[in-house]
Amino acid sequence: MESTARNIINKIWDEHVVLRQNSFPEILYIDRILLHEVTSAQAFAELEERGLELRNKQNILATIDHNIPTDVSRKNITDVMAKKQVDTLRDNCKKHGVTLFDIDSNYQGIVHVIGPELGFTLPGTTIICGDSHTSTHGAFGALAFGVGTSEILYAMASGCVLQDRPQTFRVEFTGNPDECFTAKDAVLKLIATIGIGGAQGCIIEYVGDYIKSLSMEARMTICNMSIECGARAGLIAPDDTTFNYLKGRRYAPVGDAWDKCVSKWQQLASDEGAYYDHEIIIDLTNAKPMITWGINPEHAIAINELTPQINDAPDKLILEKAYAYTKLHPGQSLQGVPIDFAFIGSCTNGRIEDLRAVAKVLKDKKIAANVTMYIVPGSEQVLQMAINEGLDNIFINAGADFRMPGCSMCLAMNPDKVPPGKRCISSTNRNFIGRQGTGSITHLASPQTVAASALCGYISYLSALPPSAEFRQGGI
Amino acid sequence: MDKFRQLNSTVIPLDLDNVDTDMIFPAEHLKSVSKNGYGTALFSTLKTLYPDFIFNQKDYSAGNILLSKSNFGCGSSREHAVWAITQYGIRAVVCSSFSDIFYNNAAKNGLLLIKLPESIINEWMKLALNNASLVMTIDLVNQQINFANQVQRFDYDVYRKHCLIEGLDDLDYLLSCKKEIESYELTRSINV
Ligand code: SF4
Repeated sequence: MESTARNIINKIWDEHVVLRQNSFPEILYIDRILLHEVTSAQAFAELEERGLELRNKQNILATIDHNIPTDVSRKNITDVMAKKQVDTLRDNCKKHGVTLFDIDSNYQGIVHVIGPELGFTLPGTTIICGDSHTSTHGAFGALAFGVGTSEILYAMASGCVLQDRPQTFRVEFTGNPDECFTAKDAVLKLIATIGIGGAQGCIIEYVGDYIKSLSMEARMTICNMSIECGARAGLIAPDDTTFNYLKGRRYAPVGDAWDKCVSKWQQLASDEGAYYDHEIIIDLTNAKPMITWGINPEHAIAINELTPQINDAPDKLILEKAYAYTKLHPGQSLQGVPIDFAFIGSCTNGRIEDLRAVAKVLKDKKIAANVTMYIVPGSEQVLQMAINEGLDNIFINAGADFRMPGCSMCLAMNPDKVPPGKRCISSTNRNFIGRQGTGSITHLASPQTVAASALCGYISYLSALPPSAEFRQGGI
Repeated sequence: MDKFRQLNSTVIPLDLDNVDTDMIFPAEHLKSVSKNGYGTALFSTLKTLYPDFIFNQKDYSAGNILLSKSNFGCGSSREHAVWAITQYGIRAVVCSSFSDIFYNNAAKNGLLLIKLPESIINEWMKLALNNASLVMTIDLVNQQINFANQVQRFDYDVYRKHCLIEGLDDLDYLLSCKKEIESYELTRSINV
């Protein structure tokens, strides 16, 4: 007899299937759409061209994040094309009655940071956005995935998208890692293990005691990078940590509705014995922080390891390209490699918890003289919290540049760029060729590792830091 | 959308795994609000960095079929990557596997993605790299692809095939199911 036990992915999926017809993809109902300035203009234009209307404007939220400057005078966008995208989004939202959190709003920020902050992201919902890191929202037990501009249009016009049923992938983290190991390191370890195509066509559920012990911020970091191993989405079953985070947030339900929702959300957890198409256990026992050396996120090693040999690896060509591009060679340690830039920010690690962790490392110290450090909060709310807690002073005293919210150096669509040939250690999610600016070299790491390296002026990590006295003057 | 039935063309062999959408269409070109004018930005960073890059080679760069390896189109969800490929003049991409979002974006824009076993991809890659004038024939109706006198059948899902052949997109189908969507909304109890 076939088991009726279902995992959380199938539960949410099944609940959203509007129509399933033979040899057609399934029609999946979309509860929420998030918009930003870069991937929505063409969707609105086509909506109008085809004479269609928004089906559920109350399910849509927009913000401006990808291409805006992050200096204090950011309202004056001097890049003509970027300004046109921002103005187009403003016009479209106004014309179609969509809520927009613009630059002057207290709620503006990176789309994947503000969704959860506002309680717009809720367990059991389906969420799409024209950005691949939409998987972030999975941390709340939502089924959230990135789509192209056409699918934004389809969902805006019909409330639905067409999707092939995904496979399901159970990822369990076990064991106790080293003290300075973070959620970012856990997800980099997963990607290094299964590769950037390792979860292609799948939605991941992350399980295990390690996951349960994590804060919502840390869970978001993990779900955020699901896409970097090819998964369509990644999620974590909601629990008390989730409910405590959401309660009282702007768009979260209140009163009776809240109680009803919580009991419903508690049912979402995977049933015992539920089937998954793929499973893997990642042992974190004594695991050390991770760092990337190459040109995609699977090129990651533990910081105390040496870079891999090429020999007859099947992906020899890419490995050779990677070493040539990052100016490194096989069999070397990354510790001690000099850096020019350090970046803290993005929807992966630009939340308040990340900023607090960085402040803890930088407090009463100075970053190395050879390093330019940008700290970019993920949202206005994160910015305000950081200021209220006095983190801004710690950053500024350390010699870092504390900036206004936006995507910034994560994809370098705005003026924040790493110059050609310069090396940046970054809390972001992609180390692709030129991602942080043409010719830039990126090393992905946790915020703590980025901060420790900024102090040293070369790649290092928390446990390896020399005695703190040496950083008082800026550099050692 | 243009209808797609058959295609005869030389091939652009891009001998790489994991070609990501940042390579295909670098972010610096993402700042347009229109759907046109993307073709010239296709692979622009790699074209500048590597003079011998396949898209810089005159013998190859005029092909309408792109041959690459596994996990093509990974990374960012930007549909601009698909627009850049189609506006450059490429109508089909042949690989051993594709990333999910890219796969979803392609058919909506009339771009045919064909998956073939790795061994065949590797063999055809070599042949194409050795001879720029070899022509590939793709017959979508019969799901056959022919290169260097080797005929292969390929799988393609019924729905996307129908859309490509008829030049329809998903929205036409979704809007035709309006009744079902409305009754789904009525029964939906979740607080959203
Ligand atoms: S921070 Fe980076 S990954 Fe996140 S939404 Fe912005 S550009 Fe995308």
